[in-house]
Amino acid sequence: MSHAPDEMMTVAAARALADGMTCFVGIGLPSEAANLARATHAPGLVLIYESGTIGAKPGALPLSIGDGILAETADAVVSVPEIFNYWLQPGRIDVGFLGAAQLDRFGNINTTVIGPDYADPRVRLPGAGGAPEIAAACREVIVVIRQSRRAFVERADFVTSIGFGDGPGTRERLGLPGAGPRRVITDLGILEPDPDTCELTLTGIYPGVSVPDVRAATGWNLRVDPDLTEVAAPSDAELAALRALRATKPSGDQARPATTAPATTAPATPNRGAKP
Amino acid sequence: MAQITSLAEAIAAAIHDGDTVAMEGFTHLIPHAAGHEVIRQGRRDLTLVRMTPDIIYDQLIGAGCAGKLVFSWAGNPGVGSLHRFRDAVENAWPGPLELEEHSHAGMANRYLAGASGLPFAVLRGYRGTSLPANTTGVAEIVCPFTGETLTAVAALRPDVAVIHAQRADTAGNVQFWGITGVQKEAVLAASRSVVTVEEIVDVLEPTPGAVVLPSWAVSYVAAVPGGAHPSYALGYSARDNDFYVAWDAISRDRDRFEAWLADNVFGAGQPAVPGGVIR
Repeated sequence: MSHAPDEMMTVAAARALADGMTCFVGIGLPSEAANLARATHAPGLVLIYESGTIGAKPGALPLSIGDGILAETADAVVSVPEIFNYWLQPGRIDVGFLGAAQLDRFGNINTTVIGPDYADPRVRLPGAGGAPEIAAACREVIVVIRQSRRAFVERADFVTSIGFGDGPGTRERLGLPGAGPRRVITDLGILEPDPDTCELTLTGIYPGVSVPDVRAATGWNLRVDPDLTEVAAPSDAELAALRALRATKPSGDQARPATTAPATTAPATPNRGAKP
Repeated sequence: MAQITSLAEAIAAAIHDGDTVAMEGFTHLIPHAAGHEVIRQGRRDLTLVRMTPDIIYDQLIGAGCAGKLVFSWAGNPGVGSLHRFRDAVENAWPGPLELEEHSHAGMANRYLAGASGLPFAVLRGYRGTSLPANTTGVAEIVCPFTGETLTAVAALRPDVAVIHAQRADTAGNVQFWGITGVQKEAVLAASRSVVTVEEIVDVLEPTPGAVVLPSWAVSYVAAVPGGAHPSYALGYSARDNDFYVAWDAISRDRDRFEAWLADNVFGAGQPAVPGGVIR
């Protein structure tokens, strides 16, 4: 079965989640990948959404982090202060699964503004949401993001959620409990922080993608791990599960970052939900 | 005791020009009908507080009701940008919008402090980010017991909180369940509150996971069935995801947005406004 680069990215991201892990799930690409993991190799993956739904088991892909199906299938539904204070803050959660509009060489995430002046931004993005504390407190963080020169920058215009800050020692100095971004999964390959410099380094590449392709889509002088490995293409079973999952999501493109124009194919007439 | 009244009378009594207003509901139970009523009544220069401004504040901002926004995530969940919010921030249309920007954990704790009668809350948050240098209400604080540096966030004390709930009883006790978000804290942090409900019943039946706000902790209750649409009320309606997707195109264009408001907020069949519609 042939596949699109986006499908490879979602499959690679899903593979990063092990069965039985607890995962704090961000909106968009991370949610799709986390649900794919649960539908394939990790049926015991515990999905936690910032809406307070712990152990959600949606059969269809939710559009938001607060769709009814998340509450109806959760092991527990708690208030928003509780999800952040009791569950996220003490470091109980294995992995934070985040998206980003802009990512820099030290894994710092920007989802706030594009442009050097916060007060007069070139593009206004949605802002922080739960991400700053997810990035600080989860045992590790995985970022899922499409790779381009515009998104992969030397220095983030605004640090919404910290990765490794200025480099080695920053997280320790700030007293951040989690290990930070251990993997960045893109539509071209997989980047991991260098153990000494914390700089994001290409460690995995997808079939049919070349190192110059990845360098051309990176806004800094990307280092390549000497042991660069080729990531296995999606299996037929993975692709079938992903496509079945995508068929359940509402129309519209939930995967596109806010900096680009989302295509919409929605009907113009709202469809009022009826009382069951 | 809560006063059971019409939505129009509740909004007219509770919300005045220049007020700080928190309309809460985390994806679920968003008080959209109340937001429309505020637009119809022509309230101006509001400080709007909400974790996820969402479509409800996109509409209020585009309609010119807001002077300031206090928030933590301003997007259309799963769809993309809030275009009226972006137009206000990037182009000052229909007027400039002052921002006070936080994280979700920070906003939740700010409500918690307000509800608890404390001036601030403490959390592990914001450290290493650009947020503290660009917003107000965040400061470092040293733990008096361990010496550890933590983050303090200023309490939120809105003039008015507005929420939507599944049910109230005839005495004005309010009950809601499913994703309960930060609504309890918002109502208890605010000086006044307006609660719209799907239905008013004689007796509230116990429901798993439900939050109950006693009548004496609430100012106004109004029955507005479907008042959360396009958000939803678990047990009564489903989230209208198609509307969230359709909002992207409606809100992208100023003229199309104003036509939508004219048809859907000011149009025929809308409830009468005490004192008349102000445009």
